[in-house]
Amino acid sequence: MKKITAAIFIAFLIISINAIAQTFFTRNGRITFFSKAPIENIEANNNEVTSILDTQKGEFVFAVLIKSFKFQKALMEEHFNENYMESNTFPKANFKGTITDLSKINFSKEGYYPVTVKGDLTIHGVTKTIEVPGTITVSQGKINAHSEFSVKVKDYNIKIPAIVINNIAETLDITVDCKYEPYKKN
Amino acid sequence: MKKKLISIVISVFITTVSFAQDTTDISKLLEAQLKAEDQNKTQYITATFKTTRLINGHSVENTAKGVLDLKIDHRFDPIGGSSGGAYNFFGLDHATMRLGFDYGLTNRLMIGIGRSTEGKIFDGFFKLKILRQATGKNAMPVTVSYVPTIAVISFRNATIYSNFSRRLNFTNQLIIGRKFTEGLSLQTMPTIVHRNYPVDNGPQNVFAIGVGGRQKLSKRTSFNVEYYYQLPAYKVPGTYNSFSVGFDIETGSHVFQVHLTNSTGMTESSFIPQTIHSWGKGEFSLGFNISRVFTIGKKHNKTW
Repeated sequence: MKKITAAIFIAFLIISINAIAQTFFTRNGRITFFSKAPIENIEANNNEVTSILDTQKGEFVFAVLIKSFKFQKALMEEHFNENYMESNTFPKANFKGTITDLSKINFSKEGYYPVTVKGDLTIHGVTKTIEVPGTITVSQGKINAHSEFSVKVKDYNIKIPAIVINNIAETLDITVDCKYEPYKKN
Repeated sequence: MKKKLISIVISVFITTVSFAQDTTDISKLLEAQLKAEDQNKTQYITATFKTTRLINGHSVENTAKGVLDLKIDHRFDPIGGSSGGAYNFFGLDHATMRLGFDYGLTNRLMIGIGRSTEGKIFDGFFKLKILRQATGKNAMPVTVSYVPTIAVISFRNATIYSNFSRRLNFTNQLIIGRKFTEGLSLQTMPTIVHRNYPVDNGPQNVFAIGVGGRQKLSKRTSFNVEYYYQLPAYKVPGTYNSFSVGFDIETGSHVFQVHLTNSTGMTESSFIPQTIHSWGKGEFSLGFNISRVFTIGKKHNKTW
């Protein structure tokens, strides 16, 4: 009798773990951007990206703290926050999107899946719908998401003065790398 | 039997809780997560001022670690008064200057040296951020910096400067500053200037309270004010309090500061106790500071 109870308990537990595991989470996601211009190249890196992935609905949400982007030069970082991103007024960039070809992915099976994600990207208070290619890798109960795409600075109402037109590119290359783990409620 | 029941109830409960999560909106989940994280993070306030000087004196700002800041400062003669007017091209005929370097040893400690025309003064200082204005976990309303400065008068005069210690002036300054809004920053600077051998018949110790601030006019320009009030009991006779208004223009890695001031000295022991010109008599000068920064240290952030 005891064994049966234990078995029932374990069965329920497994079911519940599976149920929880459809929400995946990271707070150490990484986003880099690269600006290639005639005078200088600028690279910035943010290792504190928070993101949640709902594997059932194929939904992603991202929150990116602008002040967490680190640059090679302190002055670049200051200008990025003060003059371009106005991070006091717009402290975060957000993305909310869905995987358009969700049926191709089996999240419970290890593998590598090329996907397309479509959603709303909000930077500098401006929201644009974007569609970007990416890959999803499922391995050992964890999910890696990777994407490379580019955004036009002008689209997000970020003005580059003529004097630095040769220092800052009009289009930035963005790389997203997130390693998701099953979400555990604190 | 009871135990069994309890375990079944617990299992059902866990399952229900987890299924309940299915309907959770992940956007809301993310928001809750961020809110929790914000409370555990300290966010330091940056860019309280454009550069390490307000006008003549220090601002609460430091250069970042590994950043060298070349300072080229000029003060012309007064626009009005006896050395000004059209004959002297409104003071532009003659200028004094200070050439200096500031360098950030860490993000909180900066050192600097300089050489001024007036009195052939060499100066050296360090600026330590004791407190940093921040929000979040370790919230702090103000930034507090300590700036001790030593100035050596190298002007040749064997009668006055009969020994080396007579050439030394020391300044101890606290700067308490706050960025109130994106555009408005204010600071106050209680200061003691100690002169080993005052040649102006003034006291050895001059106490002064400085106040100053900036209001941004656009992203890259700001309007600045700086005033040093010498406490009357310690004031040097025949001098005026230093008052300056200025304008900062930032272009990439340069900051240009253009100002009108009644002081011609550019170190604390000069402009606080030894400002001999008066705004009331039209004796204010045009001046400018040029700041050019170079990143010479290791990368600003090595975590990546």
